[in-house]
Amino acid sequence: MNGVDKQLLDIRDLTVELRDRRGPILPVDSVSFSLERGKTLAIVGESGSGKSMLCRAILGLVPSHGSILFNGHDTGKLSASEMNRIRGREIGVVLQNPLSSLNPVMTIASQIMEPMRCHLGLGARESREKALALMGAVGIPHPQERLSCYPHQLSGGMRQRVAIAIALACDPQLLIADEPTTALDVTVQSEILGLLSRLQQERNMSLILVSHDLGVVAGVADEIAVMYAGRIVELGPAGAIFERMRMRYTQALFDAIPRIDDPPHRRLPNIPDQPPDFAALPPGCRFAPRCASAGEICRNKYPPLVADGDERHSYACWFPCELKEAGR
Amino acid sequence: MVSSIPGLGRVVPMASPDLKKGFTFYAACGWLALVVLCALGAGLWPLPFTLDQIDSEHLAAWPGGEHLLGTDAMGRDVLVRLLFGSRVSLIVGSCAPLLGLGVGLLLGMPAAWCSGWSERLIMTCTDVILAFPALIFLLVFASILGPSLITITLGLGLLLSPRFIRVVRANTARFRKSEFVLAARISGAGEGSILLKEVLPNIMGPLLAYSLVVTGYVIVVEGALAFLGLSVPSPAPSWGGMIAAGRDVLEEAPHVAIIPMATMFLTVLAVNLLGDRLRGRYERS
Repeated sequence: MNGVDKQLLDIRDLTVELRDRRGPILPVDSVSFSLERGKTLAIVGESGSGKSMLCRAILGLVPSHGSILFNGHDTGKLSASEMNRIRGREIGVVLQNPLSSLNPVMTIASQIMEPMRCHLGLGARESREKALALMGAVGIPHPQERLSCYPHQLSGGMRQRVAIAIALACDPQLLIADEPTTALDVTVQSEILGLLSRLQQERNMSLILVSHDLGVVAGVADEIAVMYAGRIVELGPAGAIFERMRMRYTQALFDAIPRIDDPPHRRLPNIPDQPPDFAALPPGCRFAPRCASAGEICRNKYPPLVADGDERHSYACWFPCELKEAGR
Repeated sequence: MVSSIPGLGRVVPMASPDLKKGFTFYAACGWLALVVLCALGAGLWPLPFTLDQIDSEHLAAWPGGEHLLGTDAMGRDVLVRLLFGSRVSLIVGSCAPLLGLGVGLLLGMPAAWCSGWSERLIMTCTDVILAFPALIFLLVFASILGPSLITITLGLGLLLSPRFIRVVRANTARFRKSEFVLAARISGAGEGSILLKEVLPNIMGPLLAYSLVVTGYVIVVEGALAFLGLSVPSPAPSWGGMIAAGRDVLEEAPHVAIIPMATMFLTVLAVNLLGDRLRGRYERS
């Protein structure tokens, strides 16, 4: 009982299959992970590695198979209206670009109040008061004056705070933040990350933080899942991953983080070439064509996810990084 | 600390988009207000003549004197008929586009939202109606229902619907993939409520601008149909009917036709100016 209760989200072999002109493609391929209540999971990977598609699959917005247990319910067995009740009420989502994710012709107040009126059935006065409190909680100064503002009257950071307030309107148990800081500038980025992490602790929510920047998630994540070409290639507690990363792709992402103590004008190491085309995936390890350490077996056989000592840390690599290699 | 710096962290009221409202804009508004006032108050004002009162001593009299705008060939006061006739133009000019807009929203939004057989059905019907000769449609329509204000409004409204369906569909489709729609879907809103609460407010502006342009067009078309006897049957006054009646005495008393013609011209011009203003505003944003 206790063990079941601790897990908020448990995903097994989740696969999303889309039809392309050239045939079926799998932007998310046999992904499994679980998330405890009150914890933060970061999903990291390049553009096009299937991170956003994974989030949409969790929300039931794209056709998928595999099992998603949310709060003990198999979401695959829920009806469309039951799923609508979960979206927005139990799972809140913050999207990447706060300029386009807010409706340009609706006031801030009505957009924050909308989910409360729709899901919780609150009246105008109640939801207005709650919206004010939420705007305060997400750090919008002078909320009273901004209630009747339109999105274009606010700055990017403020808009993202509004988007967070909307996502939190019904006190969700899970917040999915899909690259919430990508469209913002660097100083605002850290503010928003700090805010998300603070709200997550205050409200004891679980948080799924999607990012393409390993550096962004380093400070806030409890667990990290690295995705490449639709599959999870390394998964484990943040500490374990940063201490002893095994998968070559994780290492490459890590090397691409700029350091404050780097000499000026140092060229950042980059990962050569592009991520593979989903319609023409290599038969072996999907990272092999771009990997400096790839051998014969990498090109022919996909490496299984294996545990690294600690059972919770696993990786998929035939030639994992030696421990002394990891970390600089 | 921050809020002690004036203007920082506080909401600075935004200036409304500066629309240079020149003389033409105010003139257009003024003229339309005058026409609406005349139409509403036509029955209330103490006019020296009634609608169908025939002054046999002044047939086709020139403006001035007892009859301010003269009389027509039957000796009826032009001003009185002009005032009452404005009702027909305004009712047809406002109700037919509204009917078209209603049908357009009802069918165009779902057509843009769900691709599949329902979209194909709606768009095929639209194309068929668009290709059908309008005049023949109205002739048949009027011969079935009999010419009346309701017939002409309904007929024109139905003829306008396909155009509105196309405009609504094009405007709605722009928002199909927009992120705030995705955000609404993610927060558990059903498709109907997304269309009503998220998309509709976004497309209302351009649609109103289009409706105004159509209104001008409809007033002219009503005039033309009155000329053909398809609008309100005589002796009820309408601007188009007055122009038609003035044709017989065009040489000796041109004012009988020219006065309603000029009134209609100015009204349509004013409506179009407003429509252009509104359209310019939405195209800019």
